[in-house]
Amino acid sequence: MKAVVTVTGKDNVGIIAKVSVACAEKGANILDIAQSVLGDYFAMIMLVDVNHLDIPFVDFVDVLTALGNQHNLRIDTMHEDIFNSMHRI
Amino acid sequence: MLNTSDILETIQMIRQDCLDVRTITMGISLLDVAGGADSAGCISNRIYDKITQKAEHLVATGEQIEKEYGIPIIHKRVSVTPLSLVGGSLDQDGYVEIAKAMQRAADTTGVNFIGGFSALVHKGIARGDAALMEAIPEALASTHNVCSSVNVGTTRAGINMDAVNICGNIIKQLAVLTEKQDCIGCAKFVVFSNVPEDNPFMAGAFHGVGEPECVINVGVSGPGVVRNAVEKHPDADLSQLADVIKKTAFKVTRMGQLVATEASKRLQVPFGIVDLSLAPTPAVGDSVAHILEGMGVERCGAPGTTAALAMLNDAVKKGGAMASSHVGGLSGAFIPISEDQGMIDAVNCGALSLEKLEAMTCVCSVGLDMIVIPGDIPVTTIAGIIADEAAIGMINNKTTAVRLIPAIGKKVGDMVEFGGLLGYAPVMAVNSFSSKKFVLRGGRIPAPIHSLRN
Repeated sequence: MKAVVTVTGKDNVGIIAKVSVACAEKGANILDIAQSVLGDYFAMIMLVDVNHLDIPFVDFVDVLTALGNQHNLRIDTMHEDIFNSMHRI
Repeated sequence: MLNTSDILETIQMIRQDCLDVRTITMGISLLDVAGGADSAGCISNRIYDKITQKAEHLVATGEQIEKEYGIPIIHKRVSVTPLSLVGGSLDQDGYVEIAKAMQRAADTTGVNFIGGFSALVHKGIARGDAALMEAIPEALASTHNVCSSVNVGTTRAGINMDAVNICGNIIKQLAVLTEKQDCIGCAKFVVFSNVPEDNPFMAGAFHGVGEPECVINVGVSGPGVVRNAVEKHPDADLSQLADVIKKTAFKVTRMGQLVATEASKRLQVPFGIVDLSLAPTPAVGDSVAHILEGMGVERCGAPGTTAALAMLNDAVKKGGAMASSHVGGLSGAFIPISEDQGMIDAVNCGALSLEKLEAMTCVCSVGLDMIVIPGDIPVTTIAGIIADEAAIGMINNKTTAVRLIPAIGKKVGDMVEFGGLLGYAPVMAVNSFSSKKFVLRGGRIPAPIHSLRN
């Protein structure tokens, strides 16, 4: 199973590093990253493989949400099928 | 990899435009626990056992899907076989006991609503139907999460005016019994014409007799998303706008279909239908009235509103129908007053009247919904309103419904607060001329002829 991690918020130093470390600690393998900065605002989208997580996926969602809250970022971690079903016929 | 803008669009729909799944509703057949000559206690226990067993994992599964997919699933609900078919030889008190067993089942499973305290009396009232209808006021006043409905008309059978009169009485009694809670009892009771058997939305959900043992139905809610899409095209003509709405409805419904399929798989219960209705909430931005205003009418209720609603409703169905393998339930834009901030504002500024709402119900489901009227309105006037709405459904071969709240002690312009998804609403004016002589004639309005269609 793959999940899409979307990080949005005001740009600050080390955002990618913080999210990547959290993913590595929990066993999520990063497959792809896209990011853009618009003015002060930052959006990063990561595709991660979550088949080998050492915690349940729903707990991994909580870990990243909490990380976002700590750094004034919004982190949404969602099963990739939600995007596939809405945007692909 | 997925397209970045698609991902951000989905996240915006959920976070800013209030996109959510309104409900996962599990339909449960109670035909195998039907009563015969058994006592109320015995039947109640069997009903409680069956519901709590079938729906044991419904709430937990819904919450898990919500978390994994990042889609809010607002309600988890249960609908059961119309209880007038299950209660056997029970009397009024017996049916009240069954309603209390349903409440206990709702408490145990943690579902938000449980529907099916219902009777189908479009052609006539059988013994069990009469007992259940007599029990409705006390049953709903003594429970919190139990919902009830009565079907009084169909296109094939006509309208049972005796049942319409009884329903007028039920609404008034419910208002009186729950006066201290802003007449909330009336919000849990709806009168239908051409009721669907697979509707996931309350208060009218029940599990029809043609349904399987157990089934998962899903209702989505996307007014905010459609409004946003419409507002991004201020200069599009109506053909182009219809296309924009169709595409948006497709995306919203695909999300509902995904959730339905996943819930069905995890609960090992067959998937029934996705209901395509646009269901508003009182949250800012999640309003059907605001879509109509985005389309160009100054205020919901202004001339042009019915045409705009007709187009909206049709485009949502066209987009949604392709996105789901099975569509059913009500599948039409809802236009409740109390659950829609734009509707509330339109009533407050004088743009929207009961008569205009009635006209709007001709082109969408689900009828006169969550409308607060003065508490001193005669029962026969309530029956007249129900009869009018049932006639629209009967003649036009569509579902219509009436959910009125006579606010005891309140007058036109006062506010009534229900809280939660039910919202709040101003008391609306009702035509003061009488329908008494007409409705009290009773009997049945014959089924319409369907060859000379004009």
